Amino acid sequence: MNISLKISRLTLVMFLTATCAIAGWKTGTPLPNLAKFKLDGAVPDLAGKVVLVDFWASWCGPCKTSFPSLEKLQKLYGERGLVVLAVNQDKTDKAMRTFLTDHPATFPIVRDTQNQLIAEADVSSMPASFLVDREGKIRHLHKGFHGEKTLAEYEQEIGVLLQEKNKGKP
Amino acid sequence: MTPQSRHQGSLRNIFTPFIMIAFLLLMLCGLSGCGTVQPWERGTLSDYTMRADRDPGTESFREHVYFTREAAAGGRGVGGGGCGCN
Repeated sequence: MNISLKISRLTLVMFLTATCAIAGWKTGTPLPNLAKFKLDGAVPDLAGKVVLVDFWASWCGPCKTSFPSLEKLQKLYGERGLVVLAVNQDKTDKAMRTFLTDHPATFPIVRDTQNQLIAEADVSSMPASFLVDREGKIRHLHKGFHGEKTLAEYEQEIGVLLQEKNKGKP
Repeated sequence: MTPQSRHQGSLRNIFTPFIMIAFLLLMLCGLSGCGTVQPWERGTLSDYTMRADRDPGTESFREHVYFTREAAAGGRGVGGGGCGCN
């Protein structure tokens, strides 16, 4: 085979690989098994639950603004099957603890110590959140937090997802 | 085909792969100089010490010098005629 043709093919393969590598989480993507990521903290049982995975950091202003809303959602819909799972991206555990002292939360919080999970999700902004249905599929994506507008969207979407039955289980 | 054009054709065959490899290497060199700061890596950039206006005293002094020397009083919402006396 002509060497220039080989090089062209190699370039094409490299390009396609790079394109696939930056795919990230999209609507319809199944939520991966969180146990395979190095998360610091206990991940609750998510089977059959509607999950709001929220990526946040203590240095991120909108994340701070979103905390009371996430708390509200957990309190309102927790008993009906919602789990708000906040995934922290701080470099140190101390930074996260200091933030949580000032902004206490009752929903589960884990720390993505090596940013593995967020890198797989490939988010384009902070905070970023993903709403997962009872079957473990990502159904809605949110970029940033825009106060009441985002909260209303969450409530509407969570309401619909909570009403859906889990087809995998009786 | 004349012997001369045949010679030119074989030269092209020899050099084309080298040109392509050189082009690829050049592209790779360019890539090494670029970096994307991911959204979750912006903690350092959003640190208080990275803010240019973190010290109100220094900022006020800098603003005063700026609008005085640049004769741009009012340009940033400050009243005055550019005399440097306010």
